[in-house]
Amino acid sequence: MAIEIEGKTLETDEEGYLVNLKDWVPAVADAMAKEDDLELTDEHWDIINFLREYYDEYQIAPAVRVLTKAVGKKMGKEKGNSKYLYALFPYGPGKQACRFAGLPKPTGCI
Amino acid sequence: MAEQIKNFLYLNRRAPYGTIYAWESLEVVLIGAAFDQKVSLAFLDDGVFQIVKGQDTKGVEMKNFSPTYSALGDYDVNQLYVERESLEERGLSIDDLMHLTWEDEDEDWAEKDSIRVVSRAELARIIEQQDVVFSF
Repeated sequence: MAIEIEGKTLETDEEGYLVNLKDWVPAVADAMAKEDDLELTDEHWDIINFLREYYDEYQIAPAVRVLTKAVGKKMGKEKGNSKYLYALFPYGPGKQACRFAGLPKPTGCI
Repeated sequence: MAEQIKNFLYLNRRAPYGTIYAWESLEVVLIGAAFDQKVSLAFLDDGVFQIVKGQDTKGVEMKNFSPTYSALGDYDVNQLYVERESLEERGLSIDDLMHLTWEDEDEDWAEKDSIRVVSRAELARIIEQQDVVFSF
């Protein structure tokens, strides 16, 4: 599979995750969101950026419960809960947001 | 089905690079941590090298996955036993290891040490108390 971004063809795996992390540009997230009928807001970007920072530091995409806890710690309890995160990313904050962020599928998501 | 919490111990006995064992073990631990069991890790023999600080894998062209050990606390894996004799036999001490911690949500995210150096005899007793032991 592949996705067209700014005139370039980027390779994705069978579930739509980028094959090469380094291919990622913000337009990737916008294009993937559009395919899922979502419009990205600042609230979405907070989570996407948070995931990219997490990956940078730990070299893994966090499982959804780890993400929820970490968001709660950094951005407050009103954002660090499943309801808020699922409202932003209806296909699952771990899986969908990681895909938008250009990361692999979360480690420990079942 | 009644859920029963079991004690899982992962034994890490091999050097981090050259074989896939160390990385596989870490992945299994992170995936298994989703199942709400009591998980602890032990590092012994050459396995102690897995958590040595300042790892640089440029020369072997493998991904340096040592930063991932710092994520264990986020996954509620905060019991890491290191065998004292294995450290000493390799000229290492706890100061050569990464400072791995976890944050206690119940105590306003107080940072606590995850690593505990134990003697060979203590580790034997810890292994005896487990329900499930995986050796990598």
